[in-house]
Amino acid sequence: MALQGAFIEHEAMLRRLGADCFEVRQASDWDRPKDGLILPGGESTVQRRLLDDLGLFGAVRRDILAGLPVLGTCAGMILLSEEHLATMHMRVRRNAYGRQLGSFHTEDRVEGIGEDVPMTFIRAPYIEETQSEACQAIARVDGNIVAAREGKQIATAFHPELDGDTRIHEAFLALVSE
Amino acid sequence: MNNERQQLNRQLAQMLKGGVIMDVTTPEQARIAEEAGACAVMALERIPADIRAAGGVSRMSDPKMIRGIQEAVSIPVMAKCRIGHIAEAQILQAIEIDYIDESEVLSPADNINHIDKSMFDVPFVCGAKNLGEALRRIAEGATMIRTKGEPGTGDVVQAVSHMRLMQSEIRRLSAMSPDELYEAAKQLQAPYELVRWVHDNGRLPVVNFAAGGVATPADAALMMQLGAEGVFVGSGIFKSGNPAKRAAAIVKAVTNYRDAKMLAELSEDLGEAMVGINEQEIELLMAERGK
Repeated sequence: MALQGAFIEHEAMLRRLGADCFEVRQASDWDRPKDGLILPGGESTVQRRLLDDLGLFGAVRRDILAGLPVLGTCAGMILLSEEHLATMHMRVRRNAYGRQLGSFHTEDRVEGIGEDVPMTFIRAPYIEETQSEACQAIARVDGNIVAAREGKQIATAFHPELDGDTRIHEAFLALVSE
Repeated sequence: MNNERQQLNRQLAQMLKGGVIMDVTTPEQARIAEEAGACAVMALERIPADIRAAGGVSRMSDPKMIRGIQEAVSIPVMAKCRIGHIAEAQILQAIEIDYIDESEVLSPADNINHIDKSMFDVPFVCGAKNLGEALRRIAEGATMIRTKGEPGTGDVVQAVSHMRLMQSEIRRLSAMSPDELYEAAKQLQAPYELVRWVHDNGRLPVVNFAAGGVATPADAALMMQLGAEGVFVGSGIFKSGNPAKRAAAIVKAVTNYRDAKMLAELSEDLGEAMVGINEQEIELLMAERGK
């Protein structure tokens, strides 16, 4: 989804892993055949407004519910939560770490992915609560849930596209090729 | 500022890409901007067109006014300090601003030195007319660059010149052989390491936005086609007839900047654009401040 934010970084990551991709900037782009969707970081208010105004919101939600694999990072995670696309059963707190001075980098374990996954948090959200058994917390930092998985959807509060580590994108591509 | 902090600050700018940063003077305007799809707002007491009209010395805005805007919106809030005014920057850092614009729109506080931005934890964006200026600002610690343009005029010509010049200088550096880069650094008056980085990567090491004179969806699309990664709109929105509609149209124009059909629809019925002053008609060239 290339409406706003850091989508070029995701494209570079996918190409590095040998996957093809294209940018979705309007409703007609969404009609092209696809096997997966990345919702990038950026400003969730902007992206939500553009999803609505450009007539993408309903179609995107329908396809995710029908099983289209998704990776949502930061703003993308917010869009997957109950307030927006509501395809993942989770409640998310925006700007949970405060303003830019609260942004930070760390490394931690992600269940099903591995140890020492680099995690860059930029004015990041975290998951306050998962609201169904189906939505599984897969990473915690300082007790807060920072990544979750539900069916073929992966959501991270951090930005795997900004660090050199490809493991999160590999896990997403594994869902795509399932 | 340590390297990790600098990295995080560059990365915040990456998140703003493909977005529109709007000048606002009140919490009410900030809410209109956020609702219209601004990816950040610039809080200031007077927009550049009014600064130009009022004349006199223009300074950092009242921190209370900036706080009011921080409380009104959830998107990042930026604010301007004068070129070289270390204390104004310290004050803005103390109120946890998300980005400081060390800006030629305000009266310069130092005619020679810019702020040593590497001494701060909050990020800085700076204006530049050409590659040399951009790299000098980055060397001082700026983590985002914008063209200077000519603020408060509604005339896009200077933003176009600055963006075109920067892009052509980047292309020229990319084509040079490595042993020519030392002389290039000398001519650009910029550190060799940054010149080398631009040569190797074919772009600036930080995000580069367009600013100064953008007033219409077409102006925004033009700047994106010339290589801007996003757009600042200052006086263009709240000096126009229908700010909310114009703001939303510019946001969509930045996302779909190559789709002329959509741009045509977006340009319809926007009401009156800001009046605009031609670059030749103005006495004060803000872009000449701070090199």
